Amino acid sequence: MLVSYNWIKEYVDLTNISPDELAEKFTLGGLEVDGMERLGQELSGLVVGEVLTCEKLEGSDHLNKTTVSVGEEILPIVCGAPNVAAGQKVVVAKVGAILPGDFEIKEAKIMGETSHGMITSLDELGFSDSIIPKYAEDGIFILADGAEVGVDARPYLGLDDTIIEFDLTPNRADALSMRGVAYEAGAVLDQTPTFEEITVIEDDSDSVEDYMSISVEDPEDTPVYKMRLVKDVTIGESPIWMQHKLMHAGIRPIDLIVDITNYVMLEFGQPLHAFDYEKLDSNEIYVRRANQDEVLTTLDGQDRKLSPENLVITNGEKAVALAGVMGGANSQVTEKTNTIAIESAIFKPVLIRRTASQLNLRSEASSRYEKGVNYATAQSAVDLAAKLMAELGGGTIVKGTAEAVAKEAEDTVVETTIDRVNGVIGTDLNADDISEILSRLAFEHTITEGTITANIPPRRWDIEIPEDLIEEIARIYGYNNIPVTLPVTESTPGELTAAQKATRRVRELLEGSGLQEAISYSLTSPEKATRYSISEGDMVRLQNPQSEDRVALTQNLVGGLIDNANYNRAHQVTDIALYEVSHVFYKVSEEQFDEYTHVAGLLTGESGKSWLGEWEALDFYTIKGLVEVLLADYSFAEDLTFKLATDRLGMHPGRTADIYLGETLVGYVGQLHPTDTKENDLGDTFVFELSLDQLVEADKEAITYTALNRYPGSSRDIAILVDETVTHQALEKVIQENGGDYLQNIHLFDLYDGENIEAGKKSIAYSLYFANPNATLKEEEVNAGFDAVKQALIDRFNVEVR
Amino acid sequence: MDLKTKLEELAQTSVTRIEESTSLKDVENLRVQLLGKKGELTDLLKMMKDLTKEERPVIGKLANEIRDDLTTKLADKKEELEEEALNKQLQEETIDVTLPGRTVKKGQTHIIHQVMEQMEDLFLGMGYNIIEGSEIVSDYLNFERVNVPQDHPARDMQDSFYINEHYLLRTQTSAVQPLVIEAHDFTKGPLKVISPGKVYRRDSDDATHSHQFHQIEGIVVDEGITMSDLMGTLEVMSKKIFGADRVVRFRPSYFPFTEPSVEVDVSCFKCNGAGCNICKKSGWIEILGAGMIHPNVLEMSNVDSTKYSGFAFGVGPDRMAMLQYGVDDIRQFYMNDQRFLSQFSKEGAE
Repeated sequence: MLVSYNWIKEYVDLTNISPDELAEKFTLGGLEVDGMERLGQELSGLVVGEVLTCEKLEGSDHLNKTTVSVGEEILPIVCGAPNVAAGQKVVVAKVGAILPGDFEIKEAKIMGETSHGMITSLDELGFSDSIIPKYAEDGIFILADGAEVGVDARPYLGLDDTIIEFDLTPNRADALSMRGVAYEAGAVLDQTPTFEEITVIEDDSDSVEDYMSISVEDPEDTPVYKMRLVKDVTIGESPIWMQHKLMHAGIRPIDLIVDITNYVMLEFGQPLHAFDYEKLDSNEIYVRRANQDEVLTTLDGQDRKLSPENLVITNGEKAVALAGVMGGANSQVTEKTNTIAIESAIFKPVLIRRTASQLNLRSEASSRYEKGVNYATAQSAVDLAAKLMAELGGGTIVKGTAEAVAKEAEDTVVETTIDRVNGVIGTDLNADDISEILSRLAFEHTITEGTITANIPPRRWDIEIPEDLIEEIARIYGYNNIPVTLPVTESTPGELTAAQKATRRVRELLEGSGLQEAISYSLTSPEKATRYSISEGDMVRLQNPQSEDRVALTQNLVGGLIDNANYNRAHQVTDIALYEVSHVFYKVSEEQFDEYTHVAGLLTGESGKSWLGEWEALDFYTIKGLVEVLLADYSFAEDLTFKLATDRLGMHPGRTADIYLGETLVGYVGQLHPTDTKENDLGDTFVFELSLDQLVEADKEAITYTALNRYPGSSRDIAILVDETVTHQALEKVIQENGGDYLQNIHLFDLYDGENIEAGKKSIAYSLYFANPNATLKEEEVNAGFDAVKQALIDRFNVEVR
Repeated sequence: MDLKTKLEELAQTSVTRIEESTSLKDVENLRVQLLGKKGELTDLLKMMKDLTKEERPVIGKLANEIRDDLTTKLADKKEELEEEALNKQLQEETIDVTLPGRTVKKGQTHIIHQVMEQMEDLFLGMGYNIIEGSEIVSDYLNFERVNVPQDHPARDMQDSFYINEHYLLRTQTSAVQPLVIEAHDFTKGPLKVISPGKVYRRDSDDATHSHQFHQIEGIVVDEGITMSDLMGTLEVMSKKIFGADRVVRFRPSYFPFTEPSVEVDVSCFKCNGAGCNICKKSGWIEILGAGMIHPNVLEMSNVDSTKYSGFAFGVGPDRMAMLQYGVDDIRQFYMNDQRFLSQFSKEGAE
């Protein structure tokens, strides 16, 4: 909403209040000012001139040679405008004048003629194309005859004003009108706004009943419909003061009738529509829902196919307007129109909202209807419009208003108590304080024995419940005058849940290992959403995606990390180490969606060469090490196992392990499939993903302290030759099971399958540490354990002990 | 030459020989040569048997003195040479300490999560708990239960991603409010919770819009909670995040789920209120919205709004981080360019 400072000044006294001060008061009072435009401030050297002579410039097909009086002097000016003529009052930019864009006017020689300045158009004066009236689009702007030659031209252009731009919250639609803004100004400035009384001079010889009757299908849809008739109107341009007000509000002046309806809408917030009465071709207006597939040609020439979702104005038979949104072409006012029928109505906001968005026809009128309008001024608005048409268009007003009114304007009574007011705000206001504030808001009220009864006028339809009224009191009292305290409550322990602690711990561990945390998009393509998931399940898809590559909610975080790695590579970042903790999503049914917290990591690239000459290539065991660090953070009750996963989508079939906790799959770790790697323009890439939820929720063992062993233990090494297919995990398990009570630790210290090793075999070596916490271990005891291990390995895996 | 003279001579020459030795090996050899079982001193002492009874103790004493003296001198020499060798070794081991250290890689928390963690810690300290909630919610929870009925103009403010007719990606962390309030047992004390997390709006991504971003919602419900309490809480938070020297101001605003509603500005941290491009020349930067929880929201969550009152506030960590660090493109947060992420790894000045 764009609001003219000068217009507000017509209603309240702004003698000592600058536009800035007013804006600040509005903002702190709840009408947020988003910007201020000081019109004409950057312009200078503009004066009113009178064209004395004007003749064609010889040798040019469009230039004119003029002399223009600017009071003290007469300037020769060459002007290219087609509409320039002697006798006109015009806006002259003298030599040295500054026009928008810091454009300075200089003396010029044009085809041998000296030009001492420029006669200007609205466009050159900085008016936006969207608001310049049609008649002023081509050529210079012509001022009224009465303009005083030689004086500053800016006031004649309305450029002595400041425009305040509001960013209104949806509840304050009352401020979509100048009168609403005036009431607000009155409240924040502690003044009573004054409005000129609207006196309608009617033609008593005629009665509206003879011309028009109104009926509505459903009073819920159309609680108020009023119509006045003005006969014998001459339709020309509207007066310049009205055009300025419209342009300042961002509305282009069109002609007298359109301008009046817009002007009244700006003043009252009540949208109006003007019909050509004769074209209605009926003495009746009937408002109803459109029929299915009913077609109406709207003012913009478009055929609109309607449905019962839309409300139409009809002449009893056919639609003549789309209620609250746009008029029909069949009843359009033109220059030939003689009798104007002015509609002032209130429609159900939802209907207008739906229709406007369905047909993509948002307008100043529809946006006001959507947010509600003031029931109290439907009559005043139609009165003012009729009055202006009579005064400015020479028409006569038919006596009376045709109407169908189902809902009268009435005050809303809101009751609360002084205690409640102070209880909510935290203040210590008494009855007098509150009464003073309510008076500033111009709300009639009584306060008796602590009970406040306020009559809220219809112009503030946003106030319905005590809390609304309390907010009014608080904002006029001043939010920044409210004492500042902290809640005094029973003290509560603020602590992280196990899952929250786990997330923080994961961050510490992974960041300590050199990974940077990423936050990727949850929405992705269906392909990526499922490709790297720990387990399969139904995908959650959007009904109304915004773009093709963000259609589904991801089931995995690895996919996002791959995207990130790809982005980094494209930006010459080659050494990539990322992790993420986020939600993944599964659809269970149309009413149930599961969300789990996962953690995933990705490593790719090379550490780069250092001056030290060393360089450690990444491999499966690097990322597995990370996973082991994460898993080692929990003392799970069940065993963790890694199993070769040969058919995980997107993963290397020989270098990927599923991770099980007991029988439950909790994640995977491995190398990205070479195809995926290539597709994403990456080198060897290693990833893992774990279900953090499952890790957190899994059964844990209590941590028990074991006294440190005071007796020396002893180590025995065993090197074996075994089939390549036998896993370390399997060997370790057999060693563990057969090593006896004193076997404390198994350490893999060598693995070799190179030269001198039979094909299909590998050499693997463990160091076994035996100790007895209660006595010095005897040689025989160690031997017994060690021999048992040896035998078991031979029995189970047919190993050769080296 | 008598034995005494021989001994004295040995003592004499030995001292010179010790002094002239240049390596630990020389010293050791010399020790064996002089004092060993077959050493020169031992040899001379073998001649003691030829001495008279009177001479023996005298020469014996002399010999002992010489032995002690040489032992000491050898030890001294050894120590001296050892020290020399150590010094030499240290000298040789000197390196260029200005060469860079071996790389130990360090990651860091994403800047958005840093901002969120800072808030979490602040509120944990004030006795709040953290409840994240789910990102897929019913439209009933996301809208109806926070007082945004169907066709409410406020639904215009946010276009949402729908999954089906009744479920959508939450557009605000306020969607967590209703369940949290409903589930709370007020006989066990006040409700004090913050809800950080992702939210989604159906926006086209550009420098200032992201279809995915973050919010932190705060809720307090108890008997006698006032706007004063809300403002005090917001002031503590604003100053914690943007600095103690910021001025905080409150403006009336509108949110469907709060009444009265508040918007909070802090004095611009770039221009300090003078007006610049960050604050759009106003001197103030809008940082969050808040208000007293609407009685409808409390009642719908089965809380007696005549007995209990509460406040709620919502902050956007993305916006905060953008403001604080001058990040001019919100998409940077979700591209995860490591050159971007790693800039926020250092503990900066407060």
